[in-house]
Amino acid sequence: MIYLDNAATSFPKPSFVKQAVIDAMDNIGSDGRGAHEMTLRASRIVYSTRQNIAKLFNADAMRVCFTLNATMALNTAILGLINANDHVITSVQEHNSVLRPLYKTGADLTFLPIDEKGNVKIDMLGGSLKANTKAVILSHVSNVTGNVIDIKKVGQFCKEHNLYFIVDAAQSAGVFDIDMKEMNISVLCFTGHKGLLGVQGTGGLCVAENVDINPLVVGGSGVHSFSKTHPDEYPTRLEAGTLNAHGLAGLNASVKWLNENGLASLREKETSLARLFYNELCNLPQIKIYGDVLAENHGAIVSINIADEDAGIVSDALYEDFGICTRAGAHCAPLIHKAFGTENQGMVRFSFSHQNTEREVIKTIQAIKQLVAE
Amino acid sequence: MIKRKKKEWLIVTFHTTAAAFQMENTAKNIGLTGRLIPVPREISAGCGLAWRDEKDKQEEIKKCLENIEYEKIVLLTI
Repeated sequence: MIYLDNAATSFPKPSFVKQAVIDAMDNIGSDGRGAHEMTLRASRIVYSTRQNIAKLFNADAMRVCFTLNATMALNTAILGLINANDHVITSVQEHNSVLRPLYKTGADLTFLPIDEKGNVKIDMLGGSLKANTKAVILSHVSNVTGNVIDIKKVGQFCKEHNLYFIVDAAQSAGVFDIDMKEMNISVLCFTGHKGLLGVQGTGGLCVAENVDINPLVVGGSGVHSFSKTHPDEYPTRLEAGTLNAHGLAGLNASVKWLNENGLASLREKETSLARLFYNELCNLPQIKIYGDVLAENHGAIVSINIADEDAGIVSDALYEDFGICTRAGAHCAPLIHKAFGTENQGMVRFSFSHQNTEREVIKTIQAIKQLVAE
Repeated sequence: MIKRKKKEWLIVTFHTTAAAFQMENTAKNIGLTGRLIPVPREISAGCGLAWRDEKDKQEEIKKCLENIEYEKIVLLTI
């Protein structure tokens, strides 16, 4: 089997992540719910994970709040900051985890369009401003094209115009360097199981100073049990109920490893695989490739179509006949498909990781060539 | 009442569990021997963690708390 669905979840998980989860299951109790050694061990793991995440993103460890995934983080940030009378600037490349919470707020929305290579036209930010603009919400890396947004530039714009800047880092965390302070990010939403190499059911949001998010979920906090309201202080403010400490133990191990290893060498490896794939495919007849794959910064995602063939049929053939795992369909990003005119056809997405090999890429190219020839 | 010898301790309380562990980390780094305990009811009803340490460690504790958001420091016989 050749696994090219790393944008869905990274695979395989590193052995030290698996070991950390098993160790946690063997040794810890519940985070923040007592003072005996078992519970203290759980809380120490959770606290250490906050510190390692904070180091990776140059965030404040006490404002790293854990959730189940990036979707829950984005829902928390959007529904907790945006009201019906606000205006928000976002883009057509967004995932439904941004779009649906935004629609739910009832806010006035402006969608930045994309160019023919799928790059979001961030130069239209200025012209999109309104008196009631409250936030800019963008994904750092598109989950469909792999295109990267210059979030430092957008952050500067938000700073100049006093707007919240909410970043969906689902595809970029653990791949591209993100500095919350330098990039003026108000809320950074991440998942633990993609580029961060951890297990599913982990994720979170890093919240900048002076950003007061109204909590989405309230309940058990481990403190102030007789208060009728959930604590205001971060990170408890956005964390109700028992955390996934076993999963966070795995995330802690992977983020610690990423901090020690640095992201550059991993990113270069997966980018070179994506480029190899692109360069071999771009001149083939009947192949349509979406996205700016050869751009200086590009996530290791390449989405294609073969003539007018249904993307689902192509993806299924790749799996059934060649054992190649890809993702077909709309990838939960409806507006970018409307922009590319692929609502009905979908796209076949190949997403690479530093754990893939050149040999796997070459085998995949040969499979596609065979499908085209057939 | 349970049979347990009482003693006067320095107790620090926090608004969040995360802050309590920030304290544990900082305290360990400077060699303090205290530990986290359940918040005594004399201070706050409910649940949560507090730092308990020797009462003569007030200065070291205050140094630890310079960058930690804590609720209060009290002397308590428990």
